[in-house]
Amino acid sequence: MSEPLEINVWPGSYGAAAKPRMGFFTDTSICIGCKACEVACKEWNQIPASPQQGFTGHSYDNTVDLGADTWRHVAFIEQRKPVGLDSAGGSLVDAAALHQLIDETGLGTYQEGDGLRWLMASDVCKHCTNAACLEVCPTGALFRTEFDTVVVQEDVCNGCGYCVPACPFGVLDQREEDGRVWKCTLCYDRLKDDKEPACAQACPTNSIQFGELTDLRERADRRLNKLTEAGAEHAQLYLAGDEDGIGGAGAFFLLLDEPEVYGLPPDPVDTTDDLGSIWGAAGIAAAALAGGLLAAFARGRP
Amino acid sequence: MSRSDSAAAQVREYREEPRSYYGQPVVKEPVWSWEIPWYFFTGGLGGASAGLAYLAERTGNEPLARRAWLIALAGVTVSPALLISDLGVPRRFSNMLRMVKITSPMSIGSWILVISGTTTVISAVHATTGLLPRLARLAKPAAALAGLPLSTYTAALISQTAVPIWHEARRELPLVFASGAAASAGAAATALTPTRHAGPARRLAVLGALGELAAVQLMEKRLGGLADPYHREGVERYTRAARVLTALGAVAIAGPARRDRRAAVAGGALVLAGAVCERWSVFKAGALSARDPAYTVGPQRERIRTRRGRGASRRGTPDAASRPL
Ligand code: SF4
Ligand code: SF4
Repeated sequence: MSEPLEINVWPGSYGAAAKPRMGFFTDTSICIGCKACEVACKEWNQIPASPQQGFTGHSYDNTVDLGADTWRHVAFIEQRKPVGLDSAGGSLVDAAALHQLIDETGLGTYQEGDGLRWLMASDVCKHCTNAACLEVCPTGALFRTEFDTVVVQEDVCNGCGYCVPACPFGVLDQREEDGRVWKCTLCYDRLKDDKEPACAQACPTNSIQFGELTDLRERADRRLNKLTEAGAEHAQLYLAGDEDGIGGAGAFFLLLDEPEVYGLPPDPVDTTDDLGSIWGAAGIAAAALAGGLLAAFARGRP
Repeated sequence: MSRSDSAAAQVREYREEPRSYYGQPVVKEPVWSWEIPWYFFTGGLGGASAGLAYLAERTGNEPLARRAWLIALAGVTVSPALLISDLGVPRRFSNMLRMVKITSPMSIGSWILVISGTTTVISAVHATTGLLPRLARLAKPAAALAGLPLSTYTAALISQTAVPIWHEARRELPLVFASGAAASAGAAATALTPTRHAGPARRLAVLGALGELAAVQLMEKRLGGLADPYHREGVERYTRAARVLTALGAVAIAGPARRDRRAAVAGGALVLAGAVCERWSVFKAGALSARDPAYTVGPQRERIRTRRGRGASRRGTPDAASRPL
């Protein structure tokens, strides 16, 4: 089954009450790794300390991954790799122009003399168009809001844990103290009051941009083209279209290297696409079991 | 090169040049604890036993039918207890029945369990006490039918996740679970029924055991190099134990158990233990494949390379006109 299932197509039951689709564009090329988003998110949403918090030895990362108590996670990657300047053409004029572009785009900020670069990126729930977590949730605790975001209702979740391995990005996790799962709500409460999410408001460089998804996508396209021109050869928009395995995301990213370098899957899919073959196989196996049972009695001996 | 072989090559390539975030997993491994692999076993045992009991009754084999109904009863009462105790918020278990959701095998499975549980309890009560005769006439075939999906939906459940070796084995896993269920039901009844009446149970056990061994083989073949987690440390012993115990048990049941009750008990116990180990092997291997980013990223890169997946990234198209030259 490759067609997305109709039942979850937004705006679904919202009809006229549906709002424009809201989302995040996280432009990692201007992230300075300050973790203001992590802190603002924790403060606003009153999230307990992350279990693994502490010195990890992974560069400046101390929250490691997204989970029940980390809804924004800032990744730090250290690479020895010069950006851009190598790709300048022969002439000095070209090189000067490229330098200027690199300055303008902010790409040069993290270049040290010895060619070390830091990639910093603030990760978050992607608020998938086809969200596997929501599809598998047996209680309906996970639901789609009028802003086309994906939110857990904490008064419904019974902690069955199905959504945890279902998410292709490993976003959700169970909180040990209360047994329920938690994740980014895209500040559903603030959105209802026409306020932007806490992380976007706190971000000092505007690396986290909040807005209507269509606007964000246009902005992201312009930014990507500029960076590509400035020589960021691996610059790429991640989850910015409708064509990927999750039908696009409400939260998408501009990355400076391949997704897996940031701990993101290069080809995430909503496994619901394979629902036909999954149920089909279970049905065939059930029929085979019936056949086996009948065969056991076939010889008619008592 | 088959699809999964080239995915395996990709896993190897990935290991040579690891591109991950400090080796952190990309997807989360399940938070489910020991209750869940045991439930895979008890659900299958209960489900297939109901079918065995029903057919035994229809063929006039009362001694076998009575025992099989009791085994089915044990299976379907232990199962929900295991499931509920694994919930993060056990007192909210009834939230499972707020909706019927085809995209969630756990939702469908909860309903199957409700139907199978109710009908099996009625059937077992009737089989042992003779009470509820009218209800039982409906309940018995219903229990036998509901037991079939009860034995296989758990495979659909774990296939419908991002755990690489579960999702990739979505076509074979239900066969592994179904044959394991047949083997368990046959084995349990073989052990508890006088040899004279246990013929169909023995045949079911042997058929199921052979099926299980074949289905696992088929699954590993389809997974190719992605079957590797089944043979890594911490998993291998379950994988191997499942095969050895199942094979030995099947031999005992096919041979000496036909006359010797002690051999029947021993063979039954071996096959049952094999089925338990098989579920643990699947459970542990899945968790391992989720923990290691190579199994997530490798096959995904391979999909992109062979254009079976579009990938999620888009590169820029620098517009020459905007260059400030
Ligand atoms: S990223 Fe994961 S948790 Fe977020 S909407 Fe998508 S599937 Fe759900
Ligand atoms: S853990 Fe909660 S949110 Fe996740 S699938 Fe289960 S009920 Fe739904």
